[in-house]
This record gives sequence, C-alpha cells and structure tokens, in this order.
Amino acid sequence: MTSATLVRRQSHLTKGKLPSYAVWLVLGAALVFGAAAASLVGFGAVSWGLFSALFFLLGATAVTAVVEGGRKATDSLATYLVYGAFLVALLPLLSVLWTVLERGLPGISYDFLFTSLNGVTGAVDNASVANGTPVLGGAYHAVVGTLQITLWATAISVPIGLLAAVYLVEYGTGGPLTRAITFFVDVMTGIPSIVAGLFAAALFGLLFGPGTRTGFVAAVALSVLMIPVVVRSTEEMLKIVPNELREAAYALGVRKWRTITKVVIPTAISGIASGVTLAIARVIGETAPILVTAGFASAINWNVFSGWMSTLPTLIYYQILTPTSPTNTDPSTQRAWAAALLLILMVMLLNLVARVIARMFAPKTSR
Amino acid sequence: MSTTTLTETRGAGQSGDKIFSGATLAAGCLILAVLFSVAVFLLVQALPVAGADPAEITGGEGFSTYIFPIVIGTVVAAAIALLIATPLGIGVALFISHYAPRRLAQGFGYVIDLLAAIPSVVYGAWGYAVLAPELAKGYAWLAENLGWLPIFEGPASQTGRTMLTAGIVLAVMVLPIITSLSREIFLQTPNLHEEAALAMGATRWEMIRMAVLPFARPGIISAAMLGLGRALGETMAVALVLSGGALTASLIASGNQTIAAEIALNFPEAFGLRLSELIAAGLVLFVITLAVNMVARWIITRHKEFSGAN
Repeated sequence: MTSATLVRRQSHLTKGKLPSYAVWLVLGAALVFGAAAASLVGFGAVSWGLFSALFFLLGATAVTAVVEGGRKATDSLATYLVYGAFLVALLPLLSVLWTVLERGLPGISYDFLFTSLNGVTGAVDNASVANGTPVLGGAYHAVVGTLQITLWATAISVPIGLLAAVYLVEYGTGGPLTRAITFFVDVMTGIPSIVAGLFAAALFGLLFGPGTRTGFVAAVALSVLMIPVVVRSTEEMLKIVPNELREAAYALGVRKWRTITKVVIPTAISGIASGVTLAIARVIGETAPILVTAGFASAINWNVFSGWMSTLPTLIYYQILTPTSPTNTDPSTQRAWAAALLLILMVMLLNLVARVIARMFAPKTSR
Repeated sequence: MSTTTLTETRGAGQSGDKIFSGATLAAGCLILAVLFSVAVFLLVQALPVAGADPAEITGGEGFSTYIFPIVIGTVVAAAIALLIATPLGIGVALFISHYAPRRLAQGFGYVIDLLAAIPSVVYGAWGYAVLAPELAKGYAWLAENLGWLPIFEGPASQTGRTMLTAGIVLAVMVLPIITSLSREIFLQTPNLHEEAALAMGATRWEMIRMAVLPFARPGIISAAMLGLGRALGETMAVALVLSGGALTASLIASGNQTIAAEIALNFPEAFGLRLSELIAAGLVLFVITLAVNMVARWIITRHKEFSGAN
C-alpha cells in the first residue's frame, strides 16, 4: 500500500531519455568488444584503444539515436569527439614527460651535473660499458653555455623590448610608424628560429670574417626571437595601467619620462617580469640558432666573445645524432635524456617562476 | 635668481624627456631595422649562388633544382601537421571553452599550454626514440594493405623515421598554438548569440555550429596559419626524426627533406659556396613564413576591427 505511493513515475519531460549510467554500460561493452577485435589482429594497447574508441563512438551514437532521436545523437557524437580530442592531445604530453623522466633520471648524478665532456672519447664510453662502471662526463659545460648565452640574450632584448613597448603605449600616436612596429613585431614572432640563427651568422660573418662562431653571436640570434615576445607582453601590461595614475602624476607637475619610469613601469613590473621570464623560457630551449652560431664544444668555455660554446639543446642533439662512441651508443643516449630532463626542469621552473611573480607582485587594487 | 634656477630645472627635465622619448623611438625603429636587415644580410650572403655555375651547386643542376624538392618536403610536412592539428586543436579548444566543467577549464588550459613549454629538441628526441619505432609497425601494415596508394607505397621504413612521423611530431608542436588562439576566439562569442540558440531548443552541438563556429571562423583560419608558420620553420624535430633523402611520394618510406632540417644538418660543416647555398635556402624559408604570417596577422587585424575583440 505505502510502497505504491512511493513508486516514482517517469515524468513526460524526461521520457525517452537515456539514464545516466547508459554511457558507462556502452563504454564497458566497447572495451570488451574492442579487446576481442584487437586480439584478432594481434593484441596490443594501441589496437585495443583504437577499436574500443571506435566501438564506443558507434555504439553510443546508435543507442542515443534509437532512444533519443537523431539530433540528440549528433549532439552526443560531437560531445564524445570533443572529449576524445582532449584525451588524444594529452597522450603526447604524458608520453614525452614519462619518457624523459624514465630515461633521464638514471643519468642525473653529481658527475653529470658538475663535469664536462672534455676528454670523454669513444674509448671512455666503450670502457664504461664493458666494465659496467658509471657513465663518465656530463653537461656542466652545456649548462654554463646555456646560462651565459641566455643571460646575454636577455641583457640585449629586455632594454630594447621594454623601450619599444613604452614607445608603442606611451608615445605612439597610432600613426603609420606605430602600426608598422606593431605589425612587424607580430610578424617577427613567427620568424623560424633557424632563420634568426642564419641572420646572426651572416651579420657576424660580414663583420668579422666568415665562420665567426661565439656565444655572443648565438645571444644575438636568440634576442631576435626574444624581442618580439618581450614587446608583446610588456605592451599588454602597460596598457592595463589605469590612466588615472598617469593623470595624477601629470597633475603634480611630474615630467612624462619621470611618470613612466616612476609610476607606470613600477605598477606594471610584475606582469613585465613574468613576461620576460616566459620569453627566457621560450629561447632557452632553442637549438637550431645555437647550432649555426655557437658551434659545438665539449669543454667549459666561460667567454662568450671567443671560442665555440655548447648548450643543453645542442648537447642533446649531438649526443643523439652522433654518439660519442658509435659502437656503444648507450652512454650518449643516457647523457642526452638526462640533459633533456635538466632542460625541461629549467623551462618548467621558469614557467612556474613567471606565474609566481605575476601572482605575488601583482599591484594591489583596493576596491 | 629663482627664475634662473627654475629655467635650469626646466631645461634638465626637458632634456630628460627628450632623451627618454628618443630612446623609446630608437628602440621601436631598431626592431623594424632588425627585421629589414635579416632580409638584407641573408640576401647579401646568398648572392654568390646567383652568379655560380649550375654545375657547382649541390646536385649539379643549379639552385632551383636543388631547392625545389626541399621546398616541397617543407610544405608536405607542414601540411600533414596542419591536417592533424587543426581539427584536434579546435576540438581541444571547444572542450576547454564549452565542454569542460567551468572550475577545471583553466587548469586544462594550463596543461595544454605545457605542450608549448617542451623544447623542440626534446620533441625531436621523443619522436626519434619513442614515436618512430611505435609507428613503424603501423607503417608496415599500411604498406601491405594500402600500398596501392602512392603516399603509402612500400617498402615501409624499418625505423619509422619518415615524413609522416615528422608531420605527426610537428602536429603535436603546433597543437598548443592552434588551441590557445581558437580558445580565445571561442570565449569571445557573444553570450547572447549562444543563449538565443539554446533558448530556441538547439542542442549544445547545434548551438556551437550555429553561433560559435561562424563567429570564430576568421580566428580559426588565422590560428591555423600561425600554426602553419611554426610548422614550416620548425627545425630540430624534423632534423632528428626524419631520415632524409631524395624526394619521394611515399610518406612512410625514408626520404624527403625540409629546408630547416637541411640547413641544420649541413651548416656546421659548410663553407664557401655551400654556405651561401644554405643561406639562400634560409632566405626562401624566411620569405615563405613571412608571407604566411603576414596573411594570418592581416586576417586577425581585420577581424579585430569589426568584432571589437581583444
């Protein structure tokens, strides 16, 4: 008697709709049938995933089409495809991070971080493989080169980029020059990195004779890539500084350049700093321009103005493409992956620092 | 007395103003000069190629015969990358802007942006060591079953270091660019358009097809073109992944080469005429990417004017 009153009647509004657990049922069935189909062609994680995804898409759409109608079926198909796109995009990210961690971690040691590749020859690698001793030689020279070149590139591009952004926001009048600079800065962000390297190589080749390769040439190449990024981010930050601040300064009789250096830039400094950090993170992993401008070295070189230099990316590249010992490539591969891990850690750290700077030193807006 | 000090300070302040505004103007002009000189220096260094005897150029048949296959290779690699990355990027952008739970959407955006933070040489190493051997199995199957298509003609590469692998790695690298730009555009769709569509009884997909995608079309096109610019100029991934060679139609056999990889692989040992040749190839790449980027930026600016976006 009482139970009869408790029976839940399906409202006509929800009639003809699939229950929410239907998706999971279809997914389970798709996984089972996917496994069956995959075992027909040779079972593997990839074929299982592919067949299951295919069966799920077909099955879920068909079920929805039968119960809810064609329009709802199209809608759910689109939903599954969009979710699927995101999952597919995650695959390479996870795979890259996993590979670098798995293969790079064994190679990270005190020796790797604080010795160079100077004197490490094929014979040394052969011996360490034959005797089972730890791999000798490391990436110290490359870390030194990376930091030096990036530092010089930053020292060149930050003043230029900052001043150009100030011109665009504070002095530019929207005339042809301002528009030309904005447009070509945007175009410059798309310059292939190897072309920037060729430019620096060609420039210094004309000035100091062909084949001039030093860390400084590489720094110039990197600043060609870095300047547009700095300009864009600084410009955005300066634009959001409230006009009232400028007007208050002018009202007190402060000169325009004092207003900019004492009021506008300090207000926007957190955004500018994080933009610069992101720009550094972008160029620190560049390989191609270094390859054509700084050459390759296996010894430590502290002087950016003379001699070839190595950076982490070029170290990775050469250790993979031309292993130190052609017969025993394992030590070189291990060094390459360890260097890749080191490089990724540096880039991620810079990205993190940029976010922290942006959050911590953000101007306090009291409202 | 006081007037003299007053004029003095005014003089000092004025010169400070002039120096500062002059410095900012100079920095702005320097950027234009750099872009201009990139073209000029490349042109000057590439000139010896124009006067050279065709027999002395690599391949022995003149510069155009030398450059043609690698231009085709560059375009093919970038085209594969775009074919994969554009639909995927739009899907991911839609997921972040319209499908993911509001609270998690920003976090998902950061995760996809992480793809952009990984250096290109690491992608190259990954493609070389992980992706290529995985794909080699699939290539063998393709050559066996779809070998009658010229693009899948056998014999398939044993190592998997082919044009298709390079294109897939490039697709992963341009994905964050296409995603972040189209996401911005999708989020700018007027809310009233979306709500109007939903109120008329449209499903979510119908709303996206009728309100979001038409609004975002120019943005998607320019995002794809910026991705194209990146894919055309990408060097390290191709240099490491592709086992280069002569131009072939098959995407799953080794062969083909791109301009950027050709330069990176040969520049360190090049001198004399070979050097000029590579710089000339770089100039060709520069002109192609410049054209692509300028068209993309032009579309964005034009779109910005009448949408009030950004």
